[in-house]
Amino acid sequence: MIELDNVAYSYGGGELFSSVTLSLPPGSFHFLTGPSGAGKTTLLKLCYGELKSTAGQVRLFGQDTRALGRDAVSQLRRRVGVVHQDCQFLDHLPVAENIALPLTVSGCDGSLDDLEALLGWVGLRGQAGRLPPELSGGERQRAALARAVIMSPDVILADEPTGNVDWDMSKRLMTLLVELNRLGKTVLIATHDLSLIRATKIHVAARVLRLKDRRIQAAGAHL
Amino acid sequence: MERLRRMLGLLAGDPQADRVVPPTGFTARLTVLSAAAMAFLAVFALAMSLATGRLADRWAEEMARTSTLRISAPEDQMQAQTEAALEVLRTTPGVAEARPLTPEEQRALLEPWFGPDLPVETLPIPNLVEIIEDGQGYDPTGLRARLQAELPGAVLDDHGRWRDPLVRAAGRLRLLAWVSMGLIALTVAAMITLAANAALAANAQVIRVLRLVGARDVYIARAFVRRFTLRALNGAGLGTLLGALAVLALPSTDVAGGFLTGLGFQGWHWLLPVAIPLLAALVAFFATRQAALRSLMGQS
Repeated sequence: MIELDNVAYSYGGGELFSSVTLSLPPGSFHFLTGPSGAGKTTLLKLCYGELKSTAGQVRLFGQDTRALGRDAVSQLRRRVGVVHQDCQFLDHLPVAENIALPLTVSGCDGSLDDLEALLGWVGLRGQAGRLPPELSGGERQRAALARAVIMSPDVILADEPTGNVDWDMSKRLMTLLVELNRLGKTVLIATHDLSLIRATKIHVAARVLRLKDRRIQAAGAHL
Repeated sequence: MERLRRMLGLLAGDPQADRVVPPTGFTARLTVLSAAAMAFLAVFALAMSLATGRLADRWAEEMARTSTLRISAPEDQMQAQTEAALEVLRTTPGVAEARPLTPEEQRALLEPWFGPDLPVETLPIPNLVEIIEDGQGYDPTGLRARLQAELPGAVLDDHGRWRDPLVRAAGRLRLLAWVSMGLIALTVAAMITLAANAALAANAQVIRVLRLVGARDVYIARAFVRRFTLRALNGAGLGTLLGALAVLALPSTDVAGGFLTGLGFQGWHWLLPVAIPLLAALVAFFATRQAALRSLMGQS
């Protein structure tokens, strides 16, 4: 699905990380952890083509992202669902339209029944007509997750999806992501919350990667 | 083929794409207002261009084929000299018609300076003979030589001395009107480009979100292109309507008013202002598209 081969990323004259080699096989579940500023968000952005590596190769569905134009990357991005910590909504559009946005921009005629089902799955059926700023942190994260999966992507990348929500909501979000993984989706979650990783690993065979000292490494067995 | 498809897609617009950009009341009103003002000015520039065109054509057409023979003689010889002049003209190749002006026509010529009811018959004024050329035209040098020999008091005026500068001036005015319209179109393009760039900068977050969910540049550009094209169309439509009403309200053409009261549209020319909003929309379309695609390319 996504492969990083000896990837390095530098900006402002400094190297954020180097020699990162990583493969996300279909149906796998990965956590990416590490201290703040280690480059977790940047690594995720490399995975979905928003950034281009300064060295090495990032292959998204077998295609080298550095060789692709913007439109081709946009096309591939439709097969990747992304959840950000700050959600990134269009605040002037109702929640339902925000969730359906990937369908809208790709010109797909999304079924209203599917949207209804998705809203029910994330527990937002009653909030469909509200604007994003009117939602709580947890509701926003669930809406972001619904938007990430509405195109039925092959891969879901989540960047600190539980950063702004309480423990119960974090567990609920993780449950949703585990459910998606059971449906065959590849999942990569960047988080610094180790207790959440431990709690989730009870339900899914997840691999934990640690980004530290500019390198990526497998985390210890205690995780 | 793909390029053509994209162009048509941008032209057709997409109301759904338009919705993804938040409404911006104040800048929208400014764009509409500017487009309206420019269209209002364009109506006048167009009216001026058409009026000066008509004027130049009329002067060139009417005066190029006519000339005047002025006969100055003592009162008792005036009639004989006039008849002799007419005889010379009748036998001159290239002269289709020659006739002396009637006292009424002479009075009409002098009326702007002396007022109505001038007793021209009692004034020692020269006789005027109007000469109309045929398609070939006559030889003015040869005619002048004959008149010099046979009628020393006759002066031939082929109007060239003041017709040419007038026709040139009318042509320049027409050119200036077209240049004004070009400048108006450029101003609209510059104004729309600035407004579109401002809108793109203000909506950087919206663009980030759209890219995150897989929107292609052409989709994002379409949202802005459609919006600014419609604003320019609406604003220019309003400005054109007001401009046309203002032109309609100008005093109607009369002889005394000359060029100034002839400033307006005649016949099917009233349809031409309809092109102004369409041109404004076209200019806005290309200006916004260019600005959007350049800006999106810079943001990648």
